[in-house]
Amino acid sequence: MTSGLTFTRRAVFALALALPVALTGQIAKSQTPADVLVVGQIAEPKSMDPATVTAVNDFRILVNMYDGLTRYKDGSLEIEPSLAESWKINDEGTVYTFKLRKGVKFHDGTPFNAEAVKYNFDRMLKEDHPDADTGPFPLSFFFSAIKEVNALDESTVQMKLDAPYAPLLSNLAYPTGLIVSPTAVQKSKADFGRNPVGTGAFKFKTWESNRQVAVVRNDDYWNGAPSLKGVVFRPITDANARVSEMLSGGIDLMVEVPPDNVATFASSGDFQLHEQAGPHLWFLILNLKEGPFTDKRMRHAINYAINKQALVDNVLQGTATVATGPTPSAFAWAYNTSLKPYPYDPKKAKALIKEAGQEGAEVTFYVTEGGSGMLDPVAMGTAIQADLAAVGITAKIETYEWNTFLGKVNPGLEGKADMAEMAWMTNDPDTLPYLTLRSKAWPADGGFNSGYYANPKVDELLEKARTSTDQGERAELYRKMQEVVYEDAPWAFIANWKQNAVTSSRVKNFGLQPSFLLMLHDTSKG
Amino acid sequence: MFSYVVRRLLLTIPVLLGISIIVFLVISLIPGDPATAILGSYATPENVAKLNKALGLDQPLPVQYVNWLAGILQGDFGRSYSLNRPVIAEVLERFVPTLILAGAALALCALFGVVAGVVSAVKQYGWQDKAITLLVLVGISTPSFFLGIVMILWFAVRLKWFPTGGMYALFGDGGLLDLLHHLFLPAVSLAVVATGVVARLTRSSMLEVLRQDYVRTARAKGMREGTVIYHHALKNALVSVIPIIGIQAGFVLGGAVYIESVFQWPGIGRMLVTAISTRDILLVQGGVLIVAASYVLINLVADVAQAGLDPRVKV
Repeated sequence: MTSGLTFTRRAVFALALALPVALTGQIAKSQTPADVLVVGQIAEPKSMDPATVTAVNDFRILVNMYDGLTRYKDGSLEIEPSLAESWKINDEGTVYTFKLRKGVKFHDGTPFNAEAVKYNFDRMLKEDHPDADTGPFPLSFFFSAIKEVNALDESTVQMKLDAPYAPLLSNLAYPTGLIVSPTAVQKSKADFGRNPVGTGAFKFKTWESNRQVAVVRNDDYWNGAPSLKGVVFRPITDANARVSEMLSGGIDLMVEVPPDNVATFASSGDFQLHEQAGPHLWFLILNLKEGPFTDKRMRHAINYAINKQALVDNVLQGTATVATGPTPSAFAWAYNTSLKPYPYDPKKAKALIKEAGQEGAEVTFYVTEGGSGMLDPVAMGTAIQADLAAVGITAKIETYEWNTFLGKVNPGLEGKADMAEMAWMTNDPDTLPYLTLRSKAWPADGGFNSGYYANPKVDELLEKARTSTDQGERAELYRKMQEVVYEDAPWAFIANWKQNAVTSSRVKNFGLQPSFLLMLHDTSKG
Repeated sequence: MFSYVVRRLLLTIPVLLGISIIVFLVISLIPGDPATAILGSYATPENVAKLNKALGLDQPLPVQYVNWLAGILQGDFGRSYSLNRPVIAEVLERFVPTLILAGAALALCALFGVVAGVVSAVKQYGWQDKAITLLVLVGISTPSFFLGIVMILWFAVRLKWFPTGGMYALFGDGGLLDLLHHLFLPAVSLAVVATGVVARLTRSSMLEVLRQDYVRTARAKGMREGTVIYHHALKNALVSVIPIIGIQAGFVLGGAVYIESVFQWPGIGRMLVTAISTRDILLVQGGVLIVAASYVLINLVADVAQAGLDPRVKV
């Protein structure tokens, strides 16, 4: 008995020592293979059905498996043909006729044609469509202007709108407009999101929950087969874990690098840091209905009082640039370059506050704990609070979790707060101002104008820009709108986020896009 | 014994029902709803109402609960709207990794906790006892997720002995060695606190038993010290240690929520974190129920084992 126990004890200790040693023998396997790119994603995707998802995290995979009728030009937010070779718009801007690319096939062999396009939009927009139950389609309102879609012949499709809607072409390039295979949806029904079929550069291979989504090269891709044999998207929710995985070689490409780690990667020869300003704006909504910010001088004062450069350099550690007005500079074609950011000038701010008779004003400031595009909201809110204190405004911060925060801010600030943090990322210069700055976009009317800004001039410019189909004319209207909003200052304009990514030195020909989408067609790996 | 087990199993039904009601209520108390979570900054009241209707969330809460319960009775746990797949498929897929992780941690804590406790008690006030007491103190005081991050930094990033996370190598063979290689760091981080607790309890329980008359008698009879300690003393000390190991199962399952996030372990803890943040109530329900059920079961096993060791414990 005794010797038996001693033996057991020895065996246990021997095993305890031997196991780690044996396990470290597995080390060599952690290297990723050549020609297969491993991407560290921020979360598990929700679905691979483009019509049903809303997160950039999902879009990054989808744009490599599907194509839309239009797409963004490499490195810009301008539109170019994709599955549609060309299009014509009638003079009123209400009928769009698309000529489709011929000979394109979905990955399951289904031909891509006008009927397929019609199927895609009918599924999303018609509640009585036989496959409407494969939704819900939360972003279908991007296409709510479309009244009907008709297949004129095999390769011609016509969209009739109920009113002119210039952003349609860029909405078609947005992932919600990616075209799915009708036969695949009819076959998989609600499970299409797990068995996706598109026309894109990569074909779906497998989705193992919480481990990977793998796609393989589409050798018959209409735009030329991609260089990579395959791409693996790995969900790594924790940012520190993502960094560790990148450092240890388990992934080749990592998106959304935390500001704290940017310097580590930038200074190492084994990695390359990519940065790209995006169509993102971080701002403070000011309450124009009641309280100190009903006075324009106070709104100017707050724009002067906040040290935006310090926020961008210190809190965000260079992962953003200082914002100028309501339109991010990433919309190069519509951006007003004559405007300059409100400079940091606490003296001027103090003078304006004195003039407005608001010395020692107290304001309630809604801050969120996190949320899509909100960067580092608590630290930023605290820094802004300190800047305001320096000019004699006491900001009382109330912090909420993101969903709660939206539930408080989106219905309007009246009776609750004087200012609130907010951030938007959009795909067209129309979206943000149209949803948040028009007088008809107050929360009561179903819009996001939570600070109750109203200026008939802005309304007029935005409506006109929406109905114009000439890009030059639209650009001019948006530039004018920016001047008016800049002067009225219904918001404090703070920062435009630069998205970032890190690639290992094995990855070649990778570049980030202003659209925040991850285009991997040209990327290769040694 | 049999009727006791059946009675305990039947008792779990009201427990699980109660838990499901509490979870349902708590989730509905958190402000924000699934539609807002999906739509983010696009959440207009109009869009939210439309999406809630499409998700079947426009009905009053009691109706939603009764519908859910009726589904459960027919074996239908509902469909997760955030993952767009049946809850039961996701929960079962995620439960196995959690069982492996929690099981490994529990085995580690039972083995090392008991061994450390025995050594500590036998060598009371010796250097071994002092060293173990110090280690146990440090172990109990270190938050497991912090230990996890530190271990990743040292053993995965710097020394590259172990992978930083995941359950299998992406391009590996998916074999047992590969699994153990991935399991090692998370299981150790998860086991540390529980090991400390078990070690402390084993020590005090052993000290108490070692002072009993029958131990003195055994020694007086000239039995070898090893036999006295392991055969006579430990067997009796374990009677009070085993329920504690059962309770540790609860801590280990709860701690898995952090550890799974730190090590990207594809288990149920990580699933719950995501499900709560997206307000995916059916998925939360499914996950909580299965964790609660396994906790109840493990404690039942511990009680039965205790009775097996000690005839004085009536079951």
